[in-house]
Amino acid sequence: MIIEKNAIAGTLESSDAQVTVEPADHLEINIQSSVINQYGKQIRDTVRQTLDRLEVSDGIITVVDKGALDCTIKARVECAVFRAGNASGQGSPGEEQ
Amino acid sequence: MTKEIHRPRPEKDRLRRTMMFMNAQKPALIRDAYIYGSDSIILDLEDAVAENQKDAARFSLYHALQEIDYGDTEVIVRINGLDTPHWQEDIRVCVAAGADGIRIAKCENAEMVRIVDQAVEKAEIEFGVEVGRTLLMAALESPLGIMNAYEIVTASPRMFGCAISGGDFRKSMHVQIEDGGIEMLAARGQMLLAARAAGVQCFDTMYPNVDDMEGFKKEVIQNHKMGFDGKSLINPRQIEFVHETFAPTEKEIAYAEKLVLSCQAQADAGIGVYTVDGKMVDIPFFEDAKRIIKLAKACGVYHGEL
Repeated sequence: MIIEKNAIAGTLESSDAQVTVEPADHLEINIQSSVINQYGKQIRDTVRQTLDRLEVSDGIITVVDKGALDCTIKARVECAVFRAGNASGQGSPGEEQ
Repeated sequence: MTKEIHRPRPEKDRLRRTMMFMNAQKPALIRDAYIYGSDSIILDLEDAVAENQKDAARFSLYHALQEIDYGDTEVIVRINGLDTPHWQEDIRVCVAAGADGIRIAKCENAEMVRIVDQAVEKAEIEFGVEVGRTLLMAALESPLGIMNAYEIVTASPRMFGCAISGGDFRKSMHVQIEDGGIEMLAARGQMLLAARAAGVQCFDTMYPNVDDMEGFKKEVIQNHKMGFDGKSLINPRQIEFVHETFAPTEKEIAYAEKLVLSCQAQADAGIGVYTVDGKMVDIPFFEDAKRIIKLAKACGVYHGEL
C-alpha cells in the first residue's frame, strides 16, 4: 500500500498506542515508549512486519506506545496505513494480498 | 484465503449466565476481558464505538482475537445495524478472526437474520472457515422485534438465542425503568415464550445503574424466576451475583439427583408415574431434573456421581 496522506490511529490511553503515518520517499520508523529499553526491539519488529505485510515501503511511521500488546500495535499500524491510503473500511484487517 | 482459527468450535447450548459488554475499540478492556470470569463477552462494534472509529475497532478486534487466548470465555461480537454502512465489513472481520458468534443489533424480523446468515456463510467460504461455525443471536430492541421473536429465533440454524435490549425498547414503549420491571413484563414474557418454544436461550437486558447493586440484584432474581438463561452486563462487579443466583441450590440438586436415580429404577421396573417424597412425578420431571444436574455441572457446583 502507498501512504498518500497523513493519518493517525489509536490514542494515548494506557495499553494503547498512537500511530502516525506520513508520506515520504524513504521508510523511517520512530518509536517512543516508556518501556523502550525492554520492548523497543519487539515493538519495532512488530511495526516492521506489519508494514511488510501491507507492502508499505515508504513513509514516516511514528509510534507512541503506552504499554500496548503486540495485537494493539498491529491494529493501530494497519488502521493508520489504511486511512493514509484512503482504504479504511475496505478489505479485511490482516488480510494478505 | 484460509484463516487460522485458534478458538474451539462454538457450542450453541453452552452456559451463558453472564454476557459482558466490552468496547472493541479500547485495548485495555479487550486485553482483560476474560479475566473477570463472565461466561461470554460481547465485544462491541456498535454503540460504544464512535462513527469515525469504526475502522479502528475492527482492526483492533481482529488482532485481539488472533492473539489473545480467551480460554473458556465465549467471544461474541455486536455488529452495527443493517441500516449502517458497516455491518458487512463487521461480519467479514468477525468470521476471519474466529469470533464464536455475532449479535445482531435491532433485529426486527426473520429476513434480517437471513441476510446476516448469508453474509456470514459467504465470509466463512471466503476465509476457509468451517461453514456453520459462527453462531448468531438477536437483540430485540423494539415492539416489532418482540412481536416477531419466534420467527427471528427460528430463521437460521446458527441462532442460539435472543436478548431484549431495554434502553431502546423502553423508549419505543414510552416508559421508564421501574422498580419491579412492570414496564417490560409483557415483552420479557413474550420473548421467553418464543425462545422456549424454539428451543433456544433467552437473555435479559443490562441493568444501567452500576451503582445501584440492590436494584440490580432484585432484577437478577426476577430474571431467574422468569426463566431467563442469563443476562447482559456492563460491569464486572455484576458477574458474581448472577452466577450465584443462576446456579441450582443444594436442595434442588439433591432432589434432582434423587429423581434421576429413582426414575431409572422405576423405568427398569416398567412403571411410568410414581411418587418421590410424597409428590407425583413423571417423565417431564425427569427431563427437568436432568437439566438441573447438567446446569449444576456447568456451574461447577455438582459433586455427585451422575
